Amino acid sequence: MNPANYLYLSALLFTIGAAGVLIRRNAIIVFMCVELMLNACNLAFVTFSRLHGNLDGQIIAFFTMVVAAAEVVVGLAIIVTFFRSRHSASVDDADLMKL
Amino acid sequence: MDPLIGALVGAPLLGAGILLVGGRRLDRTGHWIGCLWAAVSFVIGVVLFADLLSRSPAQRTLTSHLFTWVPVAGFQADVGFQLDQLSMTFVLLITGVGTLIHIYSVGYMEHDENRRKFFGYLNLFLAAMLLLVLADNYLLLYVGWEGVGLASYLLIGFWQHKPSAATAAKKAFLVNRVGDMGLSIAIMVMFTTFGSFAFRPVFAHVGDVSQGRLTTIGLLLLLAACGKSAQVPLQSWLGDAMEGPTPVSALIHAATMVTAGVYLVVRSGAIFNAAPTAQLAVCVVGAVTLVFGAIVGCAKDDIKKALAGSTMSQIGYMMLAAGLGPIGYVFAIMHLVTHGFFKAGLFLGAGSVMHGMNDEVDMRRFGALRTYMPVTFVTFGLGYLAIIGFPGLSGYWSKDKIIEAAFAKGGTEGWTLGAVALVGAGITAFYMTRVMLMTFFGDKRWQPDAEGHEPHPHESPKIMTIPMSILAFGSVFAGGLFSINSAFLKWLQPVTGHSDGHSPVATWEITVATLVVLILGVGLAWQSYGRQAVPAVAPRGSLLTRAARRDLLQDDFNHVVLVRGGEHLTRSLVYLDHTVVDGAVNGTAAGVGGLSGRLRRLQNGFVRSYAVSMLGGTAVLVAATLLMRGV
Amino acid sequence: MTTSTGEAIQFWVLGIVAVLGALGTVGMRKAVHSALCLAGTMIVLAVFYLAQGAYFLGIVQIVVYTGAVMMLFLFVVMLVGITAADSLKETIRGQRAAAVLCGIGFGILLIAGIANASLHRFTGLAQANAGGNVEGLARLVFTTYVWAFEITGALLITAAVGAMVLTHRERTERPATQREQSEARVREGRNVTPLPAPGVFARHNAVDVPGLLPDGTPSELTVNQTLRARGQVRDVGGEQERRVRKLEQRSDEYVEGVTEGEGAPEGGRDRSGDNDGANHAEGAAK
Repeated sequence: MNPANYLYLSALLFTIGAAGVLIRRNAIIVFMCVELMLNACNLAFVTFSRLHGNLDGQIIAFFTMVVAAAEVVVGLAIIVTFFRSRHSASVDDADLMKL
Repeated sequence: MDPLIGALVGAPLLGAGILLVGGRRLDRTGHWIGCLWAAVSFVIGVVLFADLLSRSPAQRTLTSHLFTWVPVAGFQADVGFQLDQLSMTFVLLITGVGTLIHIYSVGYMEHDENRRKFFGYLNLFLAAMLLLVLADNYLLLYVGWEGVGLASYLLIGFWQHKPSAATAAKKAFLVNRVGDMGLSIAIMVMFTTFGSFAFRPVFAHVGDVSQGRLTTIGLLLLLAACGKSAQVPLQSWLGDAMEGPTPVSALIHAATMVTAGVYLVVRSGAIFNAAPTAQLAVCVVGAVTLVFGAIVGCAKDDIKKALAGSTMSQIGYMMLAAGLGPIGYVFAIMHLVTHGFFKAGLFLGAGSVMHGMNDEVDMRRFGALRTYMPVTFVTFGLGYLAIIGFPGLSGYWSKDKIIEAAFAKGGTEGWTLGAVALVGAGITAFYMTRVMLMTFFGDKRWQPDAEGHEPHPHESPKIMTIPMSILAFGSVFAGGLFSINSAFLKWLQPVTGHSDGHSPVATWEITVATLVVLILGVGLAWQSYGRQAVPAVAPRGSLLTRAARRDLLQDDFNHVVLVRGGEHLTRSLVYLDHTVVDGAVNGTAAGVGGLSGRLRRLQNGFVRSYAVSMLGGTAVLVAATLLMRGV
Repeated sequence: MTTSTGEAIQFWVLGIVAVLGALGTVGMRKAVHSALCLAGTMIVLAVFYLAQGAYFLGIVQIVVYTGAVMMLFLFVVMLVGITAADSLKETIRGQRAAAVLCGIGFGILLIAGIANASLHRFTGLAQANAGGNVEGLARLVFTTYVWAFEITGALLITAAVGAMVLTHRERTERPATQREQSEARVREGRNVTPLPAPGVFARHNAVDVPGLLPDGTPSELTVNQTLRARGQVRDVGGEQERRVRKLEQRSDEYVEGVTEGEGAPEGGRDRSGDNDGANHAEGAAK
């Protein structure tokens, strides 16, 4: 098997995640889709690491994880705050800035 | 001696300052303060005159540099004075006649509660006029020029409770502005051409500049002169300016204001000599105004307006002479001085008549006043004889010289201008005789005024008659004194230059011709107003008479051409502004607004819509990257 | 270097699972289900990491992602409301079409890009992992990438502080004491006593059931405000009311019978209001 298949899988997962971000209204699920996209990228990094025969790709994936963790913490805090004030978790309700 | 030149201007300015700042507490003494400072100025003028006389003719130019007004690199504006024979002549005329008018005003304005203010304005008028004639550069001259405009505005509108006076003041100010614009542009052109506007460097470099430039400057200066000196086409303010108190009219017509234009042309002689086209224009303007004013003067029943027409006509003579170049400069100034005497005398006489007749100005309601006002009659009569050019009196000496100089210009122009000047002399004789006959001879045509007071004609107080007598003295003898041994000519020649020209007509022939038209004019007037009774109500008159009563339709012309034309122009400009300019602006705004309205739909406030555009953009970027790699 | 057949089989089987999990994440109506699907996908990815020689990352993926991050997600889901299901109906016109179009276009481009690259040979990690995968990573993290490592550390701390700032609500005044609260209640003139309890012991052992008023209607006051706001109050509607009324009628008849006949003291037990008791009483009456 060609390891490039992992890359195709990664692209597929990324696209599914992106579509989810666009389609879902629940902020938590949107967030999950973002996580899915990040994971898809991680898979690509790990695969590249293997293809090139060095560990740099894994290091990048590692940093991605750390950043993702930080992002999740802040993002979920925002969702909680938003839910407190609007009693809703729908991203479409956060439209105070439109005309 | 030099600092005295500044004091010459400073004295009346100080007087004006004291009177205008001093307020009501000076009401009782204000008029004497005004007279005092005018007299101080006159005394300084006499001292300086004596000083000049003691020098040799070549060294009779005094300069005094006070300070540098605008010290900018390449633009140097100085406050400096230059006193030469020309300025000196004006100084003596202005301060001398001005002081007499001040003294006369003490009596004339006795019952006016704003007399102090009046004298403040009079002093201001003198100061501005002195600044004008003493400045050593055009910019400072312009300051005086504007000061004269301001003072005339204040004085013409002195009785501003009368709407007619307020309007007349405004009219004079606005018409003068047209001329002032000419002067200011002339100074700008002068600066770009010569790099300076001081008299000396400008006149020194006249030879280095193109004819076109000089003609431009000359015509602009002529425009300025037309405004101040009430020459066609900017003459319309002068008649209405009679709304001011009579001493003001005397001051404007004899000593200040209207003489400024003549001064400007003569002072700029170096420029005009090098620009024949501009010079010819000056001549034409002078000739046209000469006839225009004379015709208007024939038809007016208002004594002051008849005299105003006369002034216009006499200034026309001066402009004509000034336009003749070196042949005429000296005679223009000489006529200006003699005219200053007899016109001031005539106006003061008219004021005296009004003073005795309940401020009546209609000559058809005068008549037979010679026995009631003997001094006024005599002084007015001497002024009358002087202005018509009765042999031996002042007007005879100066006006004859102008007619002579006009013929001496030579060619068709010379003949035309000479003929016009000659005819003008005849008309002058006619209308002045008319004024004289209607006022002092014939039957009593007095009528009670609007409040029913019967007029009780009486001689004016001494304080008014003494200045009139002095002026009458000047009217009689000034011209003669000037002509003894050509004294005036020799006096002014170093400044203005002089050439005799060669007249195609002999001097005695001109004198005879002048006398003939003079007798014709007087005879015609006697025929119409002396032998026949003057009707108390003006007859309908011929078409020309009716037009002349309306100042030869000058106001109608201005209204139709300038007011209507201006209105149409502004209206079409407003329309243009509304449709084209606003249309473009509003169209752009509407276009941008419409486009924004469409684009706004993209900004619907939904995060997910924005996310779609982000993903779309990313896809485009990826596509572009792949394409670039493919290439 | 090539891959083993075992890895190929593993890829195809687990790859399908991963894609299904991803689709589930996007398509499930309830957030909890989405989270579980995502957790599945992540575990599959962890297996893939392990298979590709990234041992450390594989473990971290399970511990950090599936263990910590996903639990955090579930925690927030609980906080927001586990029962609330999303409507999948699109509300923005053209959004779904645009999303699908962009997604497909983007995916095709990505896959085309990968297909375009020449990836037939690969190096493998045998040599890089020779000294141990963790040691290799550690060497890189603490040498080449030490600066980035420090920065991410700062980032994590910032994120932690940020989350606290966002969720923390500063108290701007002293909390009211019990005494002040009761005084305020008296001054307002209502609810002087504590609020009535929910109908917990009447028929249910849950707090979302309102207590019944004497006439059998449910009292909103008895249920927690938050539950009321979420609309999660359990309905004790007309049927219960009817049952109560019927019960009262029977007990009246019974009381009448007792006063007429021998008289039994059992009505007190019935009137304790327990539903089972009521059923029992009903049965007894039959």
